[in-house]
Amino acid sequence: MKLMTTLLSATALVAMMAGGAYAKQLVYCSEGSPEGFDPALWSAGTTFDASSRAVMNRLVDFELGGSTIVPSLAESWTISEDGTEITFNLRKGVKWQTTAYFTPTREFNADDVVWSINRQFDPASPWANYVDGASYQYFDSTGFKAALKSVEKIDDYTVKFVFNQADSTVFVNFPMDFLSIGSAEYATQLEAAGNMAQFNQLPVGTGKFQFVDYQTDTVIRYKSNPDHFGGASPINDLIFAITKEPAAAQEALKAGQCDVIPYPIPGDVAGLRQDPNLVVTETAGENVGFIAFNTQQKPFDNPKVRQALNLAVNREAILEGVYAGQAVLARNPLPASSWASDPSNEVPAYDPEAAKALLAEAGVSDLSMKLWWMPVARPYNPNGKRMGELLQADWASIGVKVELVSMDWPVYLEQSASVERDGAVMIGWGADNADPDNFLGVLLSCAAVGTNNRAQWCYEPYDTLIKKAKATFDQAERTEIYHEAQKVFHEQTPWVLLAHSNQYIAHNKRVVNFKQDPLGYHRFDGADVTE
Amino acid sequence: MLRYFLYRLALLIPTFIGVTIVAFFFIRILPGDPVQVLAGERGVSPERHAEVLARLGFDRPLWEQYFSYLWNVLRGDFGISFASKRPVAQEFFSRFPATVELALCAMIIATALGIPAGILAAVKRGTWIDQATMGTALVGYSMPIFWWGMLLIILFSGILHWTPVSGRIALNYFFPSVTGFMLIDSLLSGQKGAFLSALHYLVLPTVVLATIPLAVIARQTRSAMLEVLGEDYVRTARAKGLQPRRIIGIHALRNAMIPVITTIGLQVGLLMAGAILTETIFSWPGIGKWMIEAVNKRDYFVVQSGLLLIALIIMAVNLIVDVLYAVINPRIRHQ
Repeated sequence: MKLMTTLLSATALVAMMAGGAYAKQLVYCSEGSPEGFDPALWSAGTTFDASSRAVMNRLVDFELGGSTIVPSLAESWTISEDGTEITFNLRKGVKWQTTAYFTPTREFNADDVVWSINRQFDPASPWANYVDGASYQYFDSTGFKAALKSVEKIDDYTVKFVFNQADSTVFVNFPMDFLSIGSAEYATQLEAAGNMAQFNQLPVGTGKFQFVDYQTDTVIRYKSNPDHFGGASPINDLIFAITKEPAAAQEALKAGQCDVIPYPIPGDVAGLRQDPNLVVTETAGENVGFIAFNTQQKPFDNPKVRQALNLAVNREAILEGVYAGQAVLARNPLPASSWASDPSNEVPAYDPEAAKALLAEAGVSDLSMKLWWMPVARPYNPNGKRMGELLQADWASIGVKVELVSMDWPVYLEQSASVERDGAVMIGWGADNADPDNFLGVLLSCAAVGTNNRAQWCYEPYDTLIKKAKATFDQAERTEIYHEAQKVFHEQTPWVLLAHSNQYIAHNKRVVNFKQDPLGYHRFDGADVTE
Repeated sequence: MLRYFLYRLALLIPTFIGVTIVAFFFIRILPGDPVQVLAGERGVSPERHAEVLARLGFDRPLWEQYFSYLWNVLRGDFGISFASKRPVAQEFFSRFPATVELALCAMIIATALGIPAGILAAVKRGTWIDQATMGTALVGYSMPIFWWGMLLIILFSGILHWTPVSGRIALNYFFPSVTGFMLIDSLLSGQKGAFLSALHYLVLPTVVLATIPLAVIARQTRSAMLEVLGEDYVRTARAKGLQPRRIIGIHALRNAMIPVITTIGLQVGLLMAGAILTETIFSWPGIGKWMIEAVNKRDYFVVQSGLLLIALIIMAVNLIVDVLYAVINPRIRHQ
């Protein structure tokens, strides 16, 4: 099989090179290696960039450079009045990619959709555990599996999803990577050949680019899919040159060896902007950095104590000292760009005197607490230790003694989620999709206590609002409910809100029409290069 | 000689057992587990966490897991990577040639430059040549690899544009991997200029990785040469009127090489450590960076089996060095 794969790859390479004398090539210096090429199995953005975003489509997709949901493999859809059924009308004439390892005999149809869902939904499917130790973690952890009742083929170009109850947050899962549509015909062939693992190694999709070759940890090659339903990409060859060290990626960009790099070092952004050959784009991050008190432990079960500590934080100093000014202070627990963000809320004030008064009012004196600082840099918090030191100084100024603690990241994640945890923990979140529930529900609902609700905050009035919003389909109505929920959040202050850090991308100026994605994907659908 | 070889081979058995114990328990006693890492900030419910751990067999007593692991290793099964869902041995050997290629080139450079530099320093003892050589060696030995690598990238790639920043070969060369060794594969590909391109991409990482071993070898060679040059047989050779080149090249060097060969053997282990940083800086697709990522992800089988495979390779290299040592110095095998 390996020999076969090698020969097929060689054939593809020769074919590609023969036809590529004047090919337009774009080199993207990606920040890491993909875990595999079946997006349903994985959770890393790096993997999605290399698999689902390059090679595949979903029934609906996020618009290029935005988070609005637009038609893709489905041209239209209807949601039943009771909100429990979604029917998709599929696009006709969509061709599966013809690669060195798969030649399709038919076009995309409803069988592919049903297969793509049922392999994750049906535990009896031969694909349920087709890779050793594999699990469809997003399908499960987003709650999609629990919400789904069935998926049915109505006819070749109509598919109906039935859900257990009306839930307006379900639809936003459809443009997510784990619901990418794979070829049932390809899967059947692999199953018959006893080589199902290939599905995770040599992907086939309907996307703008088709997979050509992957050299472990080095380079991934794609070529334009000439049959894409939206038209072929102007780029002939797309190359992911894996460059894990950000400083080296920046040097490669300056030297012209990369056309696009995903994560320039924030402190170097100003320098890169000085280079006449480079373009640095930025977008407000769909993320939030925050400090979560353990609201189930004394004295943080008292909202006044939480409000006092919140008032004592000098956020401007954190913005400069931790984010180097490359962020926006958070007004709400969800990004300002979200349609549900309440613009009437202000960034919490810095008022140490009021904080002292509140602590006195709460009857708390000589407070000693632990503050957990993150041992890793994340997009929402580039320097946990520095942030910890600044907060320690801020809280010391109101007489609160802070002990800074940290631990290895896996341990930090595990222990910070515990209800028994003490003090306050530094953490954050990046959006999976554009639905407000991805922040307000996923991070703050009662159901998430003990997992990603690290404030362990279960407040019934808030939770009722979140549940009501999930059962509401009208966006204007949902907005009102979420505004109300954010007011409750501010009154109760389970978190110290910090910032939404900006996201940057740097590229050579010869790259045109490249749109930065607010959700952090790196897509080359419309990009072109000039000479 | 065969008896000596078998004796040395038998000594490796307890070492092998010891390595499996250390490799296994080293990663298992660290708090945190792969399920938590994979879940990230999203978190995982205690029920789901327990379910996945049980499915992977990580809920069984540690001793039971250890013996099961040992039994599998003896049958050639090194486990499945939790992160990539691929067999560890397959993952290891798809990356190992890249590390070996880099380490071999670094060792060739370190040896080819380090030994002559050490000899020159010893022969010119006390002169400016000696001081300059040893001073440079000291600087090389003290060099923080990451800083050194970035400095070279900025100078030779960023400013002078003489060398590529990272990777193994120019992107316009595109051929299937046959051996995993880019220099060999580029020759096999028959593509014009591919071999030179692969060589070009090797220059900076090799220089960075060779820096410390070169310094160590140069200092060891100088020290060993100085000791040997003071021996009676060297004085006798001089008294006989032999050419200095002959005295140094044949009589002194052969004896001085014994500790130097040992040092070179020991450098293999250090090269692995250096490779982690070098591979990170130059995006070199070897096992160094892969192993570090596995520790961070608590990818148990990758860490256990990766360490074991590396240890086995180092043990094999040390065995070869021991045998070479015995070949050079017959007294060793008769002791």
